[in-house]
Amino acid sequence: MRYLPKSPADREAILKSIGARSIDDLFAPIPTEYRLNRDLQIPRQMAESEIVDWFRERSRENGDAYTSFLGAGAYFHYRPVIIDALVSRGEFLTAYTPYQAEISQGTLQSIFEFQTMISELTGMEVANASMYDGSTAATEAVMMAVRLTGRHSVVIARSLHPEYQEVLSTYARHQGLALTTVGFADNGRIDLKELQQAITPQTACVLIQSPNFFGTIEDHATIAEIAHKNGAMLVVSIAEVVSLGIVEPPRQADIVAMEAQSFGVPLGFGGPYCGVIATREQYVRQMPGRLVGQTTDRNGKRGFVLTLATREQHIRREKATSNICTNQALVALMVNIFMTVYGKVGLRELAKQNLAKTTYASKEFSRHAKVLFPGAPRFNEFVIQTSADPYAINNRLLEHKIIGGLPLKKFYPELGNAALWCCTEMTSRSAIDVAVRTAGEARASSRVPEADVEEVVR
Amino acid sequence: MKHMTRKATRHVSQNEGLIFEKSSVGKAAWKLPPLDVPEVDANQLLGDSVRKDLGNMPEVSEIEIIRHFTRLSTWNYAIDLGMYPLGSCTMKYNPRVNEAVARLDGLANGHPYQPEKISQGALRILKTLSECLIEITGMDAITLQPAAGAHGELTGLLMVRAHHHSKGHPRKKILIPDSAHGTNPATAATVGYAVENLRSNSQGMVDTTALAAQMNEDVAALMLTNPNTLGVFEQEIHKIADIMHAKGGLLYMDGANMNALVGKVRPGDFGVDLMHLNLHKTFSTPHGGGGPGSGPVAVKQFLEPFLPKPVVITKPDGTLGFEYNRPQSVGRVRAFYGNFGMFVRALAYIFANGPDGLRQTTEDAVLNANYIRKGLDGAYDLPYATPSMHEVVFSDKLQAKQGVRTMDIAKRLIDYGFHPYTTAFPLIVPGALMIEPTESESKEEMDLFIEAMRSIADEVNEDPQLVLEAPHSTRVSRLDEVTAARKPILRWKPQ
Repeated sequence: MRYLPKSPADREAILKSIGARSIDDLFAPIPTEYRLNRDLQIPRQMAESEIVDWFRERSRENGDAYTSFLGAGAYFHYRPVIIDALVSRGEFLTAYTPYQAEISQGTLQSIFEFQTMISELTGMEVANASMYDGSTAATEAVMMAVRLTGRHSVVIARSLHPEYQEVLSTYARHQGLALTTVGFADNGRIDLKELQQAITPQTACVLIQSPNFFGTIEDHATIAEIAHKNGAMLVVSIAEVVSLGIVEPPRQADIVAMEAQSFGVPLGFGGPYCGVIATREQYVRQMPGRLVGQTTDRNGKRGFVLTLATREQHIRREKATSNICTNQALVALMVNIFMTVYGKVGLRELAKQNLAKTTYASKEFSRHAKVLFPGAPRFNEFVIQTSADPYAINNRLLEHKIIGGLPLKKFYPELGNAALWCCTEMTSRSAIDVAVRTAGEARASSRVPEADVEEVVR
Repeated sequence: MKHMTRKATRHVSQNEGLIFEKSSVGKAAWKLPPLDVPEVDANQLLGDSVRKDLGNMPEVSEIEIIRHFTRLSTWNYAIDLGMYPLGSCTMKYNPRVNEAVARLDGLANGHPYQPEKISQGALRILKTLSECLIEITGMDAITLQPAAGAHGELTGLLMVRAHHHSKGHPRKKILIPDSAHGTNPATAATVGYAVENLRSNSQGMVDTTALAAQMNEDVAALMLTNPNTLGVFEQEIHKIADIMHAKGGLLYMDGANMNALVGKVRPGDFGVDLMHLNLHKTFSTPHGGGGPGSGPVAVKQFLEPFLPKPVVITKPDGTLGFEYNRPQSVGRVRAFYGNFGMFVRALAYIFANGPDGLRQTTEDAVLNANYIRKGLDGAYDLPYATPSMHEVVFSDKLQAKQGVRTMDIAKRLIDYGFHPYTTAFPLIVPGALMIEPTESESKEEMDLFIEAMRSIADEVNEDPQLVLEAPHSTRVSRLDEVTAARKPILRWKPQ
């Protein structure tokens, strides 16, 4: 086996030196009746070239070379090549969690820079080293608000990513948390009247997403005021972080829970991504996840360490702020490099291009379809409502090697034939034009037979 | 250094400040293509929501970024540089073909919501990996959704709870041995269970008499690591399972130490009801400085209805798809389908090994741990004489007489060119030195490690101060962690 660095003679020499007759001696502690006396039934050992071929074939079967208008929590942005060049360095790739600070300063300093940039972009005072993803970050942020307020009910916007809502409800069930959902108004923003009625003296926090699942930017200030007036916290989930280049961050929030995938992380069929939690300094001791802090060594030299570990499971065990251990460090490094490449000016210009493409696309679509939720600003996603079934439209688009917007029937049946479309800086005008034209043709033609309508959304 | 090491030589490393300290107005590392659609006025479109300023975000050029991160990288120790004997962490070689295949366009750019008919490649990977892991664990079904080991524990305990709930009583507590990882009790608390500690016996194993006494109808499950954190196989495993099952409890196995078992014995065959795996330990996906991980949970058939949704199914036309209609499912634990990129890597590792390679890997991992155990015999105290599997736990009892503790020895090991072992864990061994070489170490590398450890043991007797002040060869000396925690500085701010 090519990964194993021992010759048969080495193995013999080692067995001899430890006084074992054969390797079986070393497995003697395992009762014989449980030992596996056959080969595992898995594929045979393959050459590297065979492995590459097998995965190439899978890659070809996986929508390679399609243009996509899908967003909904996973965004296709350009990834500068230096990201992979740098994260492929073995010193980053094959290092463990930086517990031994003296030989982990590279990882530690880069996390410190990551925490700084996330704080700058969110308008928060501190950020952690990463969480699994946006859905678990939002969930852990809610649990943090519950600990901070000592209250046990939570108000969530229905315009929060539906899968984030599902994850939160999985966790909430056994924490004794009561969840109340608040709908959206005609402009796509959270229904403020309903929100006011939903908040009670037991409300730990209000959880919204902005830009929300429909791409609409929420009025953070007003929502924060309503929450705070009732002694509740405001938790804002951000799934499309490129928006932070041009959209005012939720500075009034108490906790920001993000999915930073847009910053240089491949779509990768849904993961690994990069969750992050940012908050105010006063709440840091209730924050989950790892944190890096600056300090000095014995000679007064600047250095970095993992800090405030007394919040964490390896010290506090069942009293920890979270059970999280492994996080998404290497993915956070991708995010870090992306933020460094674009920086103060580039992030703004990048966000502006996303805005321009989306504005153009929504205007073009409005000629054949109804663009929902007018009257509130949006970033790079929009919802269109068509007379034709969006699955049928998408089937036609696939013939043009285009993946259309996400049909919303499963998540929001009340919106009828609605689909969520996304444009980024990667979306070309010609692809938009083809998509608009094809959607228009679908409307003009008669209904597609049911059999042709594949379940596109899951 | 009194004893010169054959492993490492000091060399110059570059100094490097924070990226913010290199920033100045007008530098850039980005260039966007010209817009092919009309420009927009952000102020007009966004109104009050428009952002005016991006604060202290840096402005630097590309070469500066390359140098910045390359310099930082050289301050890290890594598996690629040498032995990384962190016990319980399984720091094995991370094959490069894994990285290459994970970056193939169709896999790297696949959107989680793209239609199933153009997702057959990804679905095939999910299915093939699932089948391999089910066979390796001897279980019946699996979810790949959890993002890391602790997330897998959470998912597993949610299923335990759902199972008991379906029988009418979710039960109240989880039994956890005193040698367990900290994530076990933290997870139990997250799922709303009380934690009850289970004491180990004099061999470092579960005390079955104590277990029988503590087991009752309020206990939902026992979370057991096997081999346990002493690297010892729980020989009475089936008795343990029987005690649990007799009172309707479940046996959950923390698969952190699966590297000792793959291809030799299957948890499903010794009474385990459900378990998680760490793809970033046993199946070679890189640790990346702390993540990403992946924590699939494999279960016996009776728990299958409770798996998180969606699950992968074969449809009547033979194509693969996701099934969402799962009324008894515990729900979702993460958006989308899990850390897919890690599945690609783990599967590439399984392909590279095959059944014979995986078995040889396990044998070499156990062989290596026993070689280290033999090599350090006498130099360090061995608190439990029970046979070792893939890792060995010593204590600092002999060195403590000179005032030198496990962390000091660990820090001194850095000067010898090695990453430290795991210190002060498991908690049942005061001053533990927990060493897991993995299969990836050659005899030569282990000989150097043994030589370094024995040399440090000599230094402790001859000049303990040398060890107490270690490391002496790193960019920074021991850092002031107390001040870091008392007055946290968690971000850079302009002067």
